[in-house]
Amino acid sequence: MSITIPKTLADVYAALDDDADAQILAGGTDFMVEVNFGHRRPTSVVALGAVRELRGWRRDGDTLVIGGGCTYRELQEPAFATLVPALAVAARTVGSPQIRNVGTIGGNVATASPAGDTLPVLAALDATITLGSSRGVRHVTLPEFIVGPKRTTRIAGEVIVDVRVPVLDGPQEYLKIGTRNAMVIAVADLALVVDRRGRTVRCALGSVGPTVLRATEAETWAREQIDWSSGSIAAADALCAEFGQLAATSARPIDDHRSTAAYRRRGVEVLAARAFRRVLARMGDGR
Amino acid sequence: MTALHYQLRVNGRAHDVRDAHVGESLLGVLRDRLGLYGTKGACEQGECGSCSVLVDGTLVCACLVLAASAMGAAITTIEGISPDGVLTDVQKAFVDCGAVQCGFCTPGLVIAVQHLLEQNPAPTELELKEALSGNICRCTGYGRIFAAVDAVVELRSAR
Repeated sequence: MSITIPKTLADVYAALDDDADAQILAGGTDFMVEVNFGHRRPTSVVALGAVRELRGWRRDGDTLVIGGGCTYRELQEPAFATLVPALAVAARTVGSPQIRNVGTIGGNVATASPAGDTLPVLAALDATITLGSSRGVRHVTLPEFIVGPKRTTRIAGEVIVDVRVPVLDGPQEYLKIGTRNAMVIAVADLALVVDRRGRTVRCALGSVGPTVLRATEAETWAREQIDWSSGSIAAADALCAEFGQLAATSARPIDDHRSTAAYRRRGVEVLAARAFRRVLARMGDGR
Repeated sequence: MTALHYQLRVNGRAHDVRDAHVGESLLGVLRDRLGLYGTKGACEQGECGSCSVLVDGTLVCACLVLAASAMGAAITTIEGISPDGVLTDVQKAFVDCGAVQCGFCTPGLVIAVQHLLEQNPAPTELELKEALSGNICRCTGYGRIFAAVDAVVELRSAR
């Protein structure tokens, strides 16, 4: 029985090479629930909390490099929120202050829950995940990494070093349905981002499929509706409804203890229309 | 399988934790090993906030902290926020405003309120509700808790 609390990534890699079955502990907000309820009985743990290289975030040109150990609390801060507003909003909807103080973006990605709150935003942003091990680093896209509910393509010995997202020019939205505003696991959630320079509209759906899903049909349609030179769109109300309906066709929801498939599909329709309306209203703005 | 031995620093005092299992939560260690029963356990999944404590000044749910991972950190529980027998202004306001009914959520709420007011001495209503959204009280309906916080804010600003 052991716990290792390395201070450097090199020591993390060494600890994971020593013990391939060691449980990696990030914020612990998912893992400890499973332990407390007896679903897991860890014998060796490698805790990442003391690794400075995994903390914080930095801007590298038009890319944000977010450390795997960056907490939701840090993602909410104004300096970050102005660069990737949808990710900051998603972070703010996670759990409670107690959860956001310790839960990390690396943990959210590694846990790979279909209801991970940051995942729709990361999918819409075409984020890449940096995986490090003693063998070096590799970069994978989110759909390459998360392949099913709580299933990833992580190889033994690897740890999520950072998550990279672009700083885009264009409005962004993140919306979530749950039973209250705080402390809730999403029944359905959605991220919508506009890339004015690349002239794309990107929409991703959470909690309505085995993994996050991109609403590709709605994206393609929306891109054709927008007059990109003026940033405007004609007859917006009817088009928002249509965007919502198209987005809902991409959902693959199920009935479970949290909601029904029908409610989730309808939820996506409403959220998508609302997000599209909000985004369009800001298309002419500076941000 | 060998058991773990480590030390935790709680309320300024070092405590030995012996023959431990690596999966034990900080909540379990505080209550069952160290006899610090002020920190309450209820949901054990981070939803109720009754086990709120400070780890290196950060508000956390003790049930979601792997105790062994907190070695070296400064842990503050409700027992450590004031000398024995002395109430903080937050605790006094809770009593005066009737913000305590069954009392189960109170230690967690007091820790959360103290922590909030250190960072934000005059929270707006939204900031207050958001800050306490992880602490569930099933008795008071929160009105008297918010009144207690307002009373502390007023008292401190008058000083």
